[in-house]
Amino acid sequence: MSSFLFQALNGLSAASGLFFVAAGLSLIFGVTRIVNIAHGSLYMVGTYIAYSFATVVGGMLGFWGGIIATAIIVGIIGAVIEVLLLRRIYRAPELFQLLATFALVLVINDATLWLWGPEDLLGPRAPGLRGAVEVLGRQLPTYDLFLIFIGPAVLIVLHFALARTRFGRLVRAATQDREMVSALGVNQAVLFTAVFALGSFLSGLGGALQVAREPANLAMDLTVIGDAFVVVVVGGMGSITGAYLAAVLIAEVKALCIAIGVVDFGGFSVNFSKMTLVAEFLVMAVVLIARPYGLLGREQGAVRSVAEPEEPIRPATRGLKLAGVTVLAVLIYMPLIAQDSPYVLVLGVDVLIAVLFAASLHFIMGPGGMHSFGHAAYFGLGAYGTALLVKWLAAPMLLGLAAAPLLALLGALLFGWFAVRLSGVYLAMLTLAFAQIVWAAVFQWEGLTGGSNGVVGVWPTAPFDTRETFYLLTLALAVIGVLLLRRFLFAPFGYAMRAGRDSPLRAEAIGIDVKRVHWLAFAIAGAVCGVGGGIFAFAKGSISPETIGVGRSIDGLVMVLLGGIQTLTGPIVGASVYATLQDTIMRQTEFWRAMLGGIILLLVLAFPSGIVGALAKFAPRRKDQP
Amino acid sequence: MSDLSIRSLSKAFGGVRAVNEVSFEVKRGEFLAMIGPNGAGKSTCFNMINGQLAPDSGSIWFEEKNLTGLVPRDIWRLGVGRTFQVTATFGSMTVAENVQMALISHAGETFRLWKPAASRHRERALDLLHQVGMHEAADRPSRELAYGDVKRIELAIALANDPRLLLMDEPTAGMAPRERNDLIALVKRLVVERGISVLFTEHSMDVVFAFADRIIVLARGKLIADGNAKSIRDNPQVREVYFGTGKTFARAGAAT
Repeated sequence: MSSFLFQALNGLSAASGLFFVAAGLSLIFGVTRIVNIAHGSLYMVGTYIAYSFATVVGGMLGFWGGIIATAIIVGIIGAVIEVLLLRRIYRAPELFQLLATFALVLVINDATLWLWGPEDLLGPRAPGLRGAVEVLGRQLPTYDLFLIFIGPAVLIVLHFALARTRFGRLVRAATQDREMVSALGVNQAVLFTAVFALGSFLSGLGGALQVAREPANLAMDLTVIGDAFVVVVVGGMGSITGAYLAAVLIAEVKALCIAIGVVDFGGFSVNFSKMTLVAEFLVMAVVLIARPYGLLGREQGAVRSVAEPEEPIRPATRGLKLAGVTVLAVLIYMPLIAQDSPYVLVLGVDVLIAVLFAASLHFIMGPGGMHSFGHAAYFGLGAYGTALLVKWLAAPMLLGLAAAPLLALLGALLFGWFAVRLSGVYLAMLTLAFAQIVWAAVFQWEGLTGGSNGVVGVWPTAPFDTRETFYLLTLALAVIGVLLLRRFLFAPFGYAMRAGRDSPLRAEAIGIDVKRVHWLAFAIAGAVCGVGGGIFAFAKGSISPETIGVGRSIDGLVMVLLGGIQTLTGPIVGASVYATLQDTIMRQTEFWRAMLGGIILLLVLAFPSGIVGALAKFAPRRKDQP
Repeated sequence: MSDLSIRSLSKAFGGVRAVNEVSFEVKRGEFLAMIGPNGAGKSTCFNMINGQLAPDSGSIWFEEKNLTGLVPRDIWRLGVGRTFQVTATFGSMTVAENVQMALISHAGETFRLWKPAASRHRERALDLLHQVGMHEAADRPSRELAYGDVKRIELAIALANDPRLLLMDEPTAGMAPRERNDLIALVKRLVVERGISVLFTEHSMDVVFAFADRIIVLARGKLIADGNAKSIRDNPQVREVYFGTGKTFARAGAAT
């Protein structure tokens, strides 16, 4: 029993750090409606800066003064980001803002690598709080005790600042209706910068306080942002108190899992301490299903759409068909064209897999209007379905490949049933949660999946065991997948999807079951993505959890947005460009992330409607039929 | 024979009884106007009939079928069409495609994955658009149209499932007087041709008195009058809710 209580205390101290970063994220989202993916990066930078203060300046001043100074510096960094970048894209579609902040993640990560190097850096223990107190017969570090109290302290300060000050009132008003606030003569630019700085300050503070607890490392940005998303969504977007409650809930559930440890269920032993990730995302899924707007959240105030309305889809013009056939012909002859550079075919397979991923993601994101942040789940199910069938049942290659869409379809049917009940940011977060559950299940179910080592030795068999034939197989599957999706979009089903997105009210009023249509769309997209996963397993000969993580979901989003979400050819172009960039830049430089991020930022600022969208604007507009 | 029958319908929001024991009937082929000042409960009443809100008590019958508790799409399938107060069309589709979508749904083809939608029911869609005078705009994106034209397209959409009852929530809201009369005259002509019953709410008294067969008046959630244009005009209670008693300022005037 005492070990449970002790773990509960540990959980509380972990909750404080989570709370700081989540509170900042929540504030920023509430006012600016930007989901700042780079928020975790600010946290990471906070830990690094605090480390430098603590080691270079040293002593009481370097540590405690350093923490305060770090928070202020990170706040300033946030303000600079807001002024230089985000201010230009408040009017851009929501997803573009996501893309821009994701680019920041890449840039900040490489900047940190450049400044501090790749090693993990553990700061000194906190001067004045080096000791430990005995709690329930165990040693609890005094610093952890300090962390337990600082969380609620900051919560109270924030709460009163929001409730009592003029600034707080403005923040709350803007969270409810920012158009109204600006109509009342409030300088939005200053308000947004201030909120962004405050949010960054909190994140930097959270990061800085961790310096004595865990080493600064370059993976912190994405792990922290994942946790922070969960906390914000569980607590309710825009609710600070909700964020604290959720942080405690999540941290406690994790602590509980660790305290339970290994339990035997009649010869079948389950190690709960390895289930923390699954548990975290299960909590989120349960909360979102029971309370779609989080524990203390309210339905989001209406945001007047500023996105450019979409043109009606038209069947391919003769020019497009011609271009398509030409490209296809070149692709088919690629094995002959590229005889001297075999790498081209390897790149080709990567690009084609990316095309399947992006086209299926676009299917639900564009025409379906469902922004999935967890499309990698279906890729992973496909890849593991194939790999496990081949490994455990020695299935022939084509049977293994056939399992990929089936398993992905089942997963998408299950997750999609819940997902279509939500919309907007909440839908994005729930899909992310499902993807994390798949990831964690694969990672932690070592007996079946090989855990972090993954499944190896999944090689294609004859006749697809040569580079050329495998490439042609991939090409055939990708072309079939893309054409099928396109066909569906022009069929009544695709129209019904767009009807449900354009006006759910009207769609229901003419007899369309919008949820069912979107559910089926989700399942179709999952199955097609699963095919990509199956090919991927064979192409690499192995599959491991890291290839189906959050990163892949984000890559898919970037591809779709890069190409342009409002056009059907967009995802194909986006996937090709992105996969090629990734494969080529990655080999050129150590700082490929920063370059990629820079390119994305440039594209976001220069081509806010994606590559194909921008091209379409230059092309003369088709005249309406007489 | 009655087409739609509303029996003791009630709905409260918190402590406000938005609709309070309202009962009325719409006869086959009747053009029935529901009027009342702002906050009378018209929209609440409407949203219960079309399935968007569940009533607290009471029931709604359409052709001997109980509509109470059904969702909008099921009510539509029973032969009830509707238009919205604030227009709602599919912005990413052309005008014709908007109508085709309704026809596709009516034909039960929503989940068809193969044959392109653009070629389905196009003739019928153009025919409907012709009837509302919008056939020339058939291939323009619906979001480009003027407000009054969108209202006409909504009418074409609402007629797509050959409804026997049409619910129109403020069909002329936001339109110029001339346009209003044209639109309602068009509606009246179309529904008389087809024998469709209509229940509509309206703020323009000109339109109501000129076109409605019968008028019901709601005030503070209660039905206070029911009759033809003349009897409603002369009804003292209706005059009171619309114009007041004329005594509000009388006493103030006496005091000074």
